Amino acid sequence: MQVAKHWRMKAQRYYMGQDGVAPATTTQQNAEDFQFNGRGEIYSYSTVYDAPAGYEGQAPYTVALVKLQEGPLVTAQLTDIDEDELRIGLPVEMTTRKLLTEGEEGMIVYGYKFRPSF
Amino acid sequence: MTTLEQNNKDETLLRPVNPVGIVGYGAYVPRYRIEATEISRMWTGGKGGVPIKEKAVNGLDEDVTTMSIEAARNAVNRSQVNPHDIRAVWVGSESHPYAVKPTSTIVAEAIGAVPNTQAADWEFACKAGTEAMQAGIGLVGSGMGKYALSIGMDTAQGRPGDALEYTAAAGGAAIMLGPAAEAAVVINASFSYVSDTPDFWRRAHAQYPSHGDRFTGEPAYFKHVIGASETLMEKMGRTAADYRWVVFHQPNAKFPMRAAKMLGFQPEQYEAGLLSPRIGNTYSGAAMIGLTAILDVAQAGDRILMVSYGSGAGSDAFDLEVTEKIDEIRDRAAKTEDYIARRKLIDYATYARFRDKLKG
Repeated sequence: MQVAKHWRMKAQRYYMGQDGVAPATTTQQNAEDFQFNGRGEIYSYSTVYDAPAGYEGQAPYTVALVKLQEGPLVTAQLTDIDEDELRIGLPVEMTTRKLLTEGEEGMIVYGYKFRPSF
Repeated sequence: MTTLEQNNKDETLLRPVNPVGIVGYGAYVPRYRIEATEISRMWTGGKGGVPIKEKAVNGLDEDVTTMSIEAARNAVNRSQVNPHDIRAVWVGSESHPYAVKPTSTIVAEAIGAVPNTQAADWEFACKAGTEAMQAGIGLVGSGMGKYALSIGMDTAQGRPGDALEYTAAAGGAAIMLGPAAEAAVVINASFSYVSDTPDFWRRAHAQYPSHGDRFTGEPAYFKHVIGASETLMEKMGRTAADYRWVVFHQPNAKFPMRAAKMLGFQPEQYEAGLLSPRIGNTYSGAAMIGLTAILDVAQAGDRILMVSYGSGAGSDAFDLEVTEKIDEIRDRAAKTEDYIARRKLIDYATYARFRDKLKG
């Protein structure tokens, strides 16, 4: 059960903001809020066939390094994409999806993924 | 005294103290489609008739929460409302991901409306979304809050092999309600018509709904849709010819077309909002997403009649009028037809996996 961790990270999962790296805790007191526009392009990617615990139901899926328009690289899962569409440089945009479900009775964790831009 | 003034004294119609309108709207349809003939291939050897062409199916990582978030973001973008000014986030659905824990708090958090907002999930079969709109009109129209976000969204359940499996689809819309003076669509009046009618239901913990087959037609859909429409039109002093557009709840293609004909509407009035042949029945989202498709093409001055239907049973009817603000807000988000055009066909096996019909 990782309820506390998921709750602390919700700002990043939903907005991709607030520095995107450190959890929203007291360590961020001097940080300024910043929200990315959610657009970028695929910098690199890899498709996962042997998924870690909690993600088996989604395999195969592709994880990418996405270069955001503002500059930073973020790691995220891609969604709504077919294998033949995958290429470095593909324009993508942020979308909020289910990241994982903790079994039949646990919590559902939502967060950002990227899909081909509309 | 004009007809309108007389009508304002009539307490049959629902009208708020302060005029309310739609200041933003947003749709969402997932990317996947399954053709009705593919479902027929599975259960009738491809020999059965099919009620629609194809239906929209949510992907593995989508549910009513994620779909509501995207529709809500589109509505926020169109309205340009500061999310902190949204005083209610209400999600109507019959497929909320949690039995206990609101979809609406997650949506409110994701669009930045927390913590100074109301949040609740609504349930009334397929009219939970328009019920949330009625409540939003009350909230804004009373002055309790400036903006309310009402969402109708579903990932509808269809038992394998059942008649509903051909149509039970995923999609919906978000409607941002606010003062009529700022609105792209003014809500002139609405009317609700309900009765205890056992046409379709799902018991607690049941995975799939049950229904009364042919009982879902005359005493259920048509009685309530026609009843709500006729009363609203009569009290507004309007006939079918006074509306440029009409959209009904659309459980299939046939029911809304027949309701339109019974009320005297022509195909050019309902075709823009009749999406069920191409995306299926999006349940709580069906009438509202039809409205978004109409708003994508409507012009200032157009009148729209929107009538939902929810089993159990009831209809909400709305008399709407488009303002010149529509041209300003329309292109600020993806259009409903853009989502429908984003289409990836899947077979029954993939559909069974996406819809969690495989048991290990």
